[in-house]
Amino acid sequence: MLLDYSSSFHYVMALLPELVLTVWGMVVLIAGVSRKQREGPGQELGWLALAGLALAAVTNGWLYSGVSEAGTGAMIAVDRFRLFANWVFILGAGMAIVISLSYVARQRLQAGEYYSLILFAVVGMMFMGSARDLMMIFLGLELMSIGIYALAGFNRRDRRSAEAGLKYFLLGAFASGFLLFGIALVYGAAGSTNITAVAAAVQDGTTVAGLMIPGVALLATGFAFKVSAVPFHMWVPDVYEGAPTPVTAFMAASVKAAAFVAFLRVFMVGLDGLYEQWANILWWIAAVTMVAGNVIALVQSSVKRMLAYSSIAHGGYLLVAIVAANDTAASGLLFYLLVYTIMTIGAFAVVVTVGNQSEANARIEDYGGLGWRKPVLGVLMTVLLLSLAGFPGTAGFIAKYHLLLGAAESRLWYLIVILVLSTVVSYWYYLRVAWYMWMKEAPPGADSADPAITPFATRIVLVVSVAIIILAGIFPDAVLELAAGSAESLRGVAGGRQ
Amino acid sequence: MAKSYIPLLIILGVTVLNAVGMAVASHILNPRRPTPQKAMPYESGMIPLGDTRHRFSIKFYMVAISFIVFDLETIFLVPWAVRVRELGWGPFVAVFFFVVVLAVGLVYEWKKGGLEWE
Repeated sequence: MLLDYSSSFHYVMALLPELVLTVWGMVVLIAGVSRKQREGPGQELGWLALAGLALAAVTNGWLYSGVSEAGTGAMIAVDRFRLFANWVFILGAGMAIVISLSYVARQRLQAGEYYSLILFAVVGMMFMGSARDLMMIFLGLELMSIGIYALAGFNRRDRRSAEAGLKYFLLGAFASGFLLFGIALVYGAAGSTNITAVAAAVQDGTTVAGLMIPGVALLATGFAFKVSAVPFHMWVPDVYEGAPTPVTAFMAASVKAAAFVAFLRVFMVGLDGLYEQWANILWWIAAVTMVAGNVIALVQSSVKRMLAYSSIAHGGYLLVAIVAANDTAASGLLFYLLVYTIMTIGAFAVVVTVGNQSEANARIEDYGGLGWRKPVLGVLMTVLLLSLAGFPGTAGFIAKYHLLLGAAESRLWYLIVILVLSTVVSYWYYLRVAWYMWMKEAPPGADSADPAITPFATRIVLVVSVAIIILAGIFPDAVLELAAGSAESLRGVAGGRQ
Repeated sequence: MAKSYIPLLIILGVTVLNAVGMAVASHILNPRRPTPQKAMPYESGMIPLGDTRHRFSIKFYMVAISFIVFDLETIFLVPWAVRVRELGWGPFVAVFFFVVVLAVGLVYEWKKGGLEWE
């Protein structure tokens, strides 16, 4: 089916996954207030939200398989890059909801609001991934961020959660201002907020350089904040540590993925003609992010905080793909985002379980001897950590390898060296957790603090994600081809610089 | 070209006259019985001086947010309503969806107890 927007129905088609989730989010919200507060822990609302995500994934698949668009000027792209990214967001949200089920019930959070906010945030992410217009990107960013601000401070009985929510809100609003000002300047310089039109104006040299360069710098600042690149990362450890752990997992995986997808589309498609100007700055940001993220992660004593710095470091690896800005790097980025989502949320699922569905047991000492007390959990966590570190045989290795391929194609030799060296550094802090799990004694009184049970749903998520990681680490071809095919659609018309 | 701005100028003039007239008229006409509360600078019902870190009722917030929502609904509905015949069914469905979204918000607020004063 070809979408040419000759009838209004085509607009509905192009936005089908978003519409499904919007309506579903409202259904979950109303279902949440319709039930009596004492009527049980609200897990059925989580399953309801998961059903909505499944439906959105199916409609997304329908768009992927049979629908194309006429031209590339529309505000909303119907290309495979967007649809692949949508799947990543849906997967991330689904995993986050599954690991939330017991947590929300145990912490007596308000289930209806919690799950519907996640769904609305996913709608925002989808808009960021699909937007071919800077205003749509901003709209999606705000929709996503407002949901996440509320989620970060969702546990109102916990002071640290409130602090995380407020901190993220204040700094996030500030960063949104940078992004919006950047959009305004780019609009002033290029005469349009449409990314395709901006790309054409840049190619023709009809932009006003005095406005364009500051605009690009401000855009980069806004995006760098959202992907938590150094030096715009100061909020990350506190917010990730304070937010409820399943929300932290969602933030670390999906929010970052959405920001990267929009980042890539704006810079690689829209500002392709200005590559010489922005590549240098992003080169330095990528290098500093990789080094600082990994080095600071070395000295963390809380596993949650360590994973926060690890997510900063992974943001640095992904920035390398944006600096490389070629098709290999774009498909590498998509593949990396998929793998990163799975392994990050998997690792946080273990943190939630060890924390006994609360914020307890987050110190690294609490993982002492865990492998012997809970062998299955220990093995799964070890595989997830190895994959995060990029150990050969896991999907994390393949993903990093493809980022490096993309970087090599653009001849970013120094960046490649930094990436590899900082990865070596990262082995230390990932494997330190594994070392505590298998080589250390349990902390005194650990038996009483042990995770009583791993909820069944969390178990399924853990096993499936570890299975995918190992499978994609050994036979990555199918997923890689999907990612490569999706990334090809990105530069329909732009396709300029080689 | 410049002629088409004349109605705008008239609106501007009427607005200014209206505002000034109200202020002046109430100044001339009203009986003056000052109390300490009345003599205070107006700050939406709050005490304007003192520490900024004090608690105030969530009701302010609830009323304000409900007002903003329906205020914005009107702003979006009026331009559509003016041109409803020319625009046809596509925008009708879009506006209908918009109103449904707001209605869902209202139902949520109602069920959650946001509209209860006590």
